[in-house]
Amino acid sequence: MTTSIATPLRALLLTGLLGVLACAPPGIANETGAQDFQQIERGRYLAAAADCSGCHTDPQGGRPYAGGRPIQTPFGRVLAANITPDRDTGIGAWSDAEFDAAVRGGKMPGGSRLYPAMPYPYYARMNKEDVQALRAYLNTLAPVRHEVHSNQLPFPFNIRASMRVWDALYFKPGVYQPDSRKSPSWNRGAYLVTGPGHCGACHTPKTPLGADVIGRPLQGYSIQGWFAPDITNDSRRGLGDWSPQDIVEYLKNGHNRFAGAAGPMGDEVANGSSHLSDADLLAMAEYLKDQRSQASQVPSVSVRDPAMVAGGAIYQDLCSACHRGDGRGIPYLIPDLAGSASVASDQPTSIIRVVLNGAKTVATQDEPTGPAMPSFKWQLSDAQVAAVTTYVRNSWGHAAQPTTARAVRKARKQLDVSVRQ
Amino acid sequence: MTERLPAKDVVIVGLGWTGSIVANELADAGLQVMAIERGPWRDAAMSYAPNYAQDELRYRIRHELFLRPDQTTFTFRNKMSQTALPIRNWGAFMPPNGVGGGGVHWNGETWRFLPSDFVAASHLKQRYGAHFLPADMTIQDWGVTYEELEPHYDQFEYLCGTSGTAGNLKGEIREGGNPFEGPRSREYPNPAQEQPFSHTLFAKAARELGYKPFPQPSGNMSRAYRNPLGVRLGPCTYCGFCEWFGCANYSKSSPQTTVLPVLVRKSNFQARDNCEVTRINLDSSGKHAAGVTFVDSAGKEFEQPAELVILAAYTIFNVQLLMLSGIGQRYDPVANRGVIGRNFTHQTISDVGSFFDSARFVFNPFIASGAIGMCIDEFNGDNFDHGPHGFVGGGYMGQVQTNGRPIESTPVPPGTPSWGAQWKQAVRENYQSALKPGTGVHGSMYSYRDVYLDLDPTYCDRFQRPLVRITMDFHANELKQNVFLTDRFAEIFHAMGARQVVKEYRKAPYDITAYQTTHLCGGAIMGTDPSTSALNRYLQSWDVPNLFVMGASAFPQNAGYNPTGTVAALAYWSVAQIRSQYLKHPGPLVHA
Repeated sequence: MTTSIATPLRALLLTGLLGVLACAPPGIANETGAQDFQQIERGRYLAAAADCSGCHTDPQGGRPYAGGRPIQTPFGRVLAANITPDRDTGIGAWSDAEFDAAVRGGKMPGGSRLYPAMPYPYYARMNKEDVQALRAYLNTLAPVRHEVHSNQLPFPFNIRASMRVWDALYFKPGVYQPDSRKSPSWNRGAYLVTGPGHCGACHTPKTPLGADVIGRPLQGYSIQGWFAPDITNDSRRGLGDWSPQDIVEYLKNGHNRFAGAAGPMGDEVANGSSHLSDADLLAMAEYLKDQRSQASQVPSVSVRDPAMVAGGAIYQDLCSACHRGDGRGIPYLIPDLAGSASVASDQPTSIIRVVLNGAKTVATQDEPTGPAMPSFKWQLSDAQVAAVTTYVRNSWGHAAQPTTARAVRKARKQLDVSVRQ
Repeated sequence: MTERLPAKDVVIVGLGWTGSIVANELADAGLQVMAIERGPWRDAAMSYAPNYAQDELRYRIRHELFLRPDQTTFTFRNKMSQTALPIRNWGAFMPPNGVGGGGVHWNGETWRFLPSDFVAASHLKQRYGAHFLPADMTIQDWGVTYEELEPHYDQFEYLCGTSGTAGNLKGEIREGGNPFEGPRSREYPNPAQEQPFSHTLFAKAARELGYKPFPQPSGNMSRAYRNPLGVRLGPCTYCGFCEWFGCANYSKSSPQTTVLPVLVRKSNFQARDNCEVTRINLDSSGKHAAGVTFVDSAGKEFEQPAELVILAAYTIFNVQLLMLSGIGQRYDPVANRGVIGRNFTHQTISDVGSFFDSARFVFNPFIASGAIGMCIDEFNGDNFDHGPHGFVGGGYMGQVQTNGRPIESTPVPPGTPSWGAQWKQAVRENYQSALKPGTGVHGSMYSYRDVYLDLDPTYCDRFQRPLVRITMDFHANELKQNVFLTDRFAEIFHAMGARQVVKEYRKAPYDITAYQTTHLCGGAIMGTDPSTSALNRYLQSWDVPNLFVMGASAFPQNAGYNPTGTVAALAYWSVAQIRSQYLKHPGPLVHA
């Protein structure tokens, strides 16, 4: 490894590991004390990297990590568990081994199975020390008595035993194995992205049963009413135009010269990646920039297409004041539609959603503005939303399937339902 | 039953410009801060979204962003001998409401006052003799100097990203800027906005007449900007929906686009919206504020105890709360005693309409921003010899084209019928070739013994508190000033080639129904003498030292500029002193 970042990163990794070992009392090197500061700090950091609180804290006034947040899956709803150390309703009574089996194996004490809404297929990549550090951190939280009945799925998915079959089919346990041909930082990035960061939980296409499609990691997937875009280095759909520093800024601050994080990614930045070190974010960027995609080539819609003509007029009228006539936006304030490959994602889920509902980007320490876009739901018909999204997805060098009014109607209906909930 | 809330270090009444700035500074000092705002929460992109904000009927005509007179209002009379009546529809000024306050709906005109404005009384007496001033004029020095405020003007301009051209950089006069301004320590954070045709034409004519035109300092962004707090603004799109409107393009400096995003992230800051403070509570000594009492929208009353009380509401509401809380002696114009309510002022505004040959001039008046404009300052303050003219004060004047909106922008020459086919024809013919600046002549209004605020003896608000009574009229000094300035202004439009110029002088009596500006000033003024001022030079109440009063209510008289820059500079000046001195040694910062 010859890049300038390698040495400090390696040093950081080494000191991290040595720190834990050095602090362990003699004789019980594999068991750390309950007050091991370094281990707890490492666990706190990993809890951010894994965005545990994103699911395990109910944003509707819930106590930290006390669970209860509904997680929408394609099969129904599950509620995130209480992972505070309360002995009755949390995980306080679990042994370290039971905790490990749950996080990395999807198995609950007593043998029943977790649903993969808990991303144990990714956490399985984590090493044992990290899982124990996570446990050590969670042990320091205030225990909260909060009974959560996680399983709210309809039949037959509510039968946890069915997960045995799922696990047998799809779950590939195994700690991340470094690739010796790649740099330490690449490997660190790979570990974070595929392990605790569980980026693929949203960004990797899924089979009808919710497992990752083999061979298409991080190539984009529609989830929870958003399209989590391709985050490989593909220049037509993914992050090809982003420098590693652009990726670091985005993960750290929620904003870079191209884009602002909103929706679930905004939450992820706020709870998760904004708390990671620049070195780790750069490592993740290095790994992502080395990923390839097989994005299918789609012909762009003709500029003479009636939807493009109408969409162009709508864009000029309603969008161009902020996003500018050339689609370039204002760096760090108004997203760059021309330069954002994700605009032309395989599915228009996110762009339809943002036009209909508006969106507020995340506000962070270094980028506190948190600019927002208003809703156009009341103003544009299904056909008009279809036209303007078709226009944006086929301008400035983008090419994508035209949006149909039917897709907009469906999205509108789903958004209305989710608002009523 | 009043609910007593947990005590805070600071309670701030009103979350507009000064409330936001002071809250942010005091939160940075580590204090627990609670802001209480009478109106609703407002967020830049969501509360006046750009896909419906350009609605002249809703915002301009129906006053969407303003206080509703049926929530509370004032009574008005011109003379002390008259009976005041309640204002039932806003006219001469627009009381703001809601988070961001006037900072949401302002144009963004971000001026500094002249160094001589802060010492108006002593300067004018020295130059012209005391006899030159009208006998009933009550102007005073501020107790603070331009030099002391300069760093705080600078702070505000960099917070806002003000667009402008420096005319006096550390004493060096610079081409293209205002040569009369006080020395500034550095350039504006952003260059001046691009000027449309009518503005450049005005500047050319003004130059030919020997004046030194310069771009009006503007809170509308000439380019993307990131302020020292890390908050970002975008370039102005010149849409022409600025004053009376909120800007959801992040292009107009407002509390929402400059300071609130940072403030709301602080865990030691809290705000309550839709809550109206009804009084400042004093302890048994009567010399120490214990906090405030407020009422929420359900009518429930709360008491918020606090160690430090900051009044940061609109001018008249600051004065009203002081009066209703029994803080400071109320002003009595007959005895010429007391301080709360005295030296109440507004502006002296006038305009010139001009009509050009439509075959030769196409002005596209809709290309506009709130504060875009070319101005001259030759006739402001004491920038010219008043000796031959027999009045004091003055104002800037300029071609400040703020909009070409359809309902208001229908300039027609005098003699045109006011409706029907001929009127329509005249509107069609003149829309593109007539000029009517949003701000034309922006004159000062000095203070007088019989222009003041007190409590109305008859009319009450919904809490049965007496309404504030405004007694205000124009005096001969201001009317003379206005004739002189309006004539000079009209000459420039003649020089631009107008075929017809219509002067619209400001006339007495003061008309409460026609909009001038929202720049009401005074009533709780700052100064050096507790017998003639409510506040010391740090905006601290002489009577209750743990009470500070922000805002234009502190102006002893109003200068010939828009007040926001000075209001904000005073807030920074005051809070700097609170942080550096008061918090260490709570008590009077000035011993009279």
